[in-house]
Amino acid sequence: MSMNILSIPTHFKGSFGRQKHVRKALERVMHGIFFFFGIVAVGFVLLISAYLIFSGLPAIREIGLRNFLFGTVWKSTAAQPEFGILPFLLTSVYGTAGAMLVGVPVGFMTAMFLSKVAPRPLAAIVRPAVDLLAGIPSVVYGLIGMIVLVPTIRSVFDLSDGACLLAAILVLAIMILPSIVSVSETALNAVPKEYEDASLALGATEIETYFRVSAPAAKSGIAAAIVLGIGRAIGEAMAILMVAGNVANMPTLFSSVTFLTTAIAKEMSYSSGLQRQALFSIALVLFLFIMLINIGLNLLLKRGKEG
Amino acid sequence: MMKKKSLALLCSLMLCAGLLAGCGNNAASTSSASPSGAALSGTVSTNGSTSMEKVIGALNETFMYNHSGVTVTYDPTGSGTGITAVAEGRADIGLASRDLKDDEKATLTQTVLAKDGIAIIVNTQNPVSDLSLEQITELFTGVISNWSQVGGADAQVVLIGREAGSGTRDGFESITETKDSCQYKQELNSTGGVIEAVKNNPDAIGYASLASVNDSVKTLTVGGVTPTAGTVKDGTYKIQRDFILATRTGETLSDAAQAYFDFITSADATDIITAAGAVPVA
Repeated sequence: MSMNILSIPTHFKGSFGRQKHVRKALERVMHGIFFFFGIVAVGFVLLISAYLIFSGLPAIREIGLRNFLFGTVWKSTAAQPEFGILPFLLTSVYGTAGAMLVGVPVGFMTAMFLSKVAPRPLAAIVRPAVDLLAGIPSVVYGLIGMIVLVPTIRSVFDLSDGACLLAAILVLAIMILPSIVSVSETALNAVPKEYEDASLALGATEIETYFRVSAPAAKSGIAAAIVLGIGRAIGEAMAILMVAGNVANMPTLFSSVTFLTTAIAKEMSYSSGLQRQALFSIALVLFLFIMLINIGLNLLLKRGKEG
Repeated sequence: MMKKKSLALLCSLMLCAGLLAGCGNNAASTSSASPSGAALSGTVSTNGSTSMEKVIGALNETFMYNHSGVTVTYDPTGSGTGITAVAEGRADIGLASRDLKDDEKATLTQTVLAKDGIAIIVNTQNPVSDLSLEQITELFTGVISNWSQVGGADAQVVLIGREAGSGTRDGFESITETKDSCQYKQELNSTGGVIEAVKNNPDAIGYASLASVNDSVKTLTVGGVTPTAGTVKDGTYKIQRDFILATRTGETLSDAAQAYFDFITSADATDIITAAGAVPVA
């Protein structure tokens, strides 16, 4: 291929006009190829969105948007089936918020430790360990959660069964740690050293400097880390399918709950008819939900940057 | 340059061919049965129970291997839909994981293909080892909520079940008459998940297909009967259901469909049915 391109000028010696023409054509072809691969990704997004909308709407139309979104009972295979996904929606919101509540402080502190406090050799051990967390498949988190965490919660809180929202929150919190730690650490590392030097010169202690100067200076990066964490937590299915109990209860900390994601994953394999269509509707709701959250957080971030 | 390239291409093609040839050889050598009756051709359509998916899938595979001219289709739509489909002539054979009702028997004939036993499992630490069918119903509907009420420790009963739409759940709930009224604490989407959850909670009770149960949990006797292939087959173990084939009464099947019907109800199919987790009756 490359040989051919190089040999073009010798073939058309003397006729520069044609040579230019050929090269231009080649340029255009290459443009076309790059454009094609460029829009493949966009195409998939559009295709998936369109598919979700087309397959998700019929069930919503049949059930009624109000009954679907605000119904509190999900009995997809009962004689009188009911398709209310409010328990799933609330569980997804509570679960993600809970995971943030646990994961963000831990992740932020870890990032602070790695970036500012830890002696270099120690950081060299902790950092790869945190990165390794990101490489563990979610089904492994679920398995360990099911075998270790669920029985532990059961005995610690003296419950009849440990599969509950709390177990899911703890698993999610651990799963979002690596993204929160690495993105916040990068942001903290990027804080100009002069800021910290100035703070120290004014008599602030090191810890005061880190929390009062470095952290605010890195705030947009830390916010990005949180957004990333939310995105991962709300879309996770496999790990929480194994620890959350999966009953369509209204969420409380110790009740067996179903997330939007696990509602789909749980029933998909044997579903049929309206039940299957309703699962697609849940997928549509989840999709819109994640888009809304992302758009909202991006707006928030932008405003934070401007202000 | 060009030569080298074509040589490389040729080599890789040969390697690919070798791979494919390997596949062919393996398939041929592992299967002992030689294709017979290749003269048959046509399509056999089956439609019905999702619970029978494993059994029918395995049977179809073997049948289609032996009769390369026949295509057997299987629509996992549910027992009710399958029976309707065969009654309306949209399928050759209807599959149902329940017996035919009297009005359905007016036009259809049922043949029991296999039986499916559902084991009731508890944690190995649970002192309870026998429950009556009524007690099981009361446990799963929440009437009995403490193990001490059935001779166990003073602890709350934790019900572990399958997800809505699962054939095992459907079977269990229809036999124990607890449909839509089970007070589950956990709904899991696999038999392995149910067994694992029961293993990890000393107060748990769950149900699982008889063929999948292992020693990590305790299998209860129901009304004094231990679930085994034998007690399921002779009907003394109560928590079981029939896998039936429904055909139109007084109508002959096509040659291909008849051959398929004969094969899956023959003694040759029993090993396949057992391997797929059900109890053959032939």
